[in-house]
Amino acid sequence: MSTSEKQGNPKIKPFWSPLAAGIALGLVLLLTFVLSAHGLGASGAATDMVAGVGLKLAPEATRANGYLGPMVAEGSPIGSWMTWEILGVAIGALAAAFMGGRFRVQFDGARSVGTSKRLITTLGGGFLAGFGARIAGGCTSGVGLSGSAALGISAFVFLALFFATGMIVSRLVKGV
Amino acid sequence: MFPLNDNGMISGLLCGVLFGYVLENAGFGSPVKLSAQFKLTDWAVFKVMFTAIVVAAVGLWLLRLGGLLRPDSIAVPQAALVAAAVGGALVGAGFATGGYCPGTSVAGLFSGRLDALVFIVGVLLGTTGFAVFYGAALKSIKSAGLIAEGDTFTDVYGVPEPVVLAILGLALIAVFYFGSWFERRGTGTVTAQQAVEGAR
Repeated sequence: MSTSEKQGNPKIKPFWSPLAAGIALGLVLLLTFVLSAHGLGASGAATDMVAGVGLKLAPEATRANGYLGPMVAEGSPIGSWMTWEILGVAIGALAAAFMGGRFRVQFDGARSVGTSKRLITTLGGGFLAGFGARIAGGCTSGVGLSGSAALGISAFVFLALFFATGMIVSRLVKGV
Repeated sequence: MFPLNDNGMISGLLCGVLFGYVLENAGFGSPVKLSAQFKLTDWAVFKVMFTAIVVAAVGLWLLRLGGLLRPDSIAVPQAALVAAAVGGALVGAGFATGGYCPGTSVAGLFSGRLDALVFIVGVLLGTTGFAVFYGAALKSIKSAGLIAEGDTFTDVYGVPEPVVLAILGLALIAVFYFGSWFERRGTGTVTAQQAVEGAR
């Protein structure tokens, strides 16, 4: 480690405190409810992407699919609120990373577990999260965060199992 | 009267930009920071989530109390408890394995992390896989354990909303208290400097 690394790069601004970030996130979530009548989400945009791209590449199969068919009955869901929201997340995160001096192109985890293992853990983790989100009808944002703020019973069940399973799996697999 | 039921482009972009801005500033673009929650060394994920839940839930309650928000106008996830449990377990397993969840992987990619792009490809494949295998088995998991009486503790068990909010407030204090206790005994929370340097 070089001396500059030990002292820290002054261009890198610290993260917000969890309390400040939590209050800010709560106010953003409240604004979202007031504007749209639903909360924030993420995996829903992935579903809209899959349905929309499926409609372009394999229209017959997509329309015939039991899950995606009803979503494309009135045309492609790309352009839905959720797809705009995810585009916004990308812009907001990019702005924050640049303004905080924290933008760095890297393959995070390649140094700690090796590039090939990191490829597998991140791809496999994404697959599990994507598949699981469709079972729950949403992910950490849509069900865990927004559903809890709306006081939904299933949101707290989701969070309890999310935490318990995550703790067990993180002890069995070193993913990052 | 709210909500405005605005599901247009500007509404989506506005909420998304603010969401992404907060996620990255909280450190949630970093898989090191995120996965440290499950190692119990950095409780930022649960501290931020629980604070946001309480702020938004109390805000919604106050808006309804003040007559500014129509009752029963906000989307609540369906009380399909088996689906929530199985889905929550899989998302937790994916989070622990990949270091992200679907939303934070977007924050990861746009703070320069290419491993987050691979995670996003995984999410899209997992979604496609679900659609391909969507049949009797997956349908029965999605509808098992469904509570017909309603979706909230107030509707199903008659717990008054202020009581639910008070319990959430106590849970928030517990998360900060025990979380900080674990953080003091661990290797320290993940700083922005360490997150930018990447996992080692």
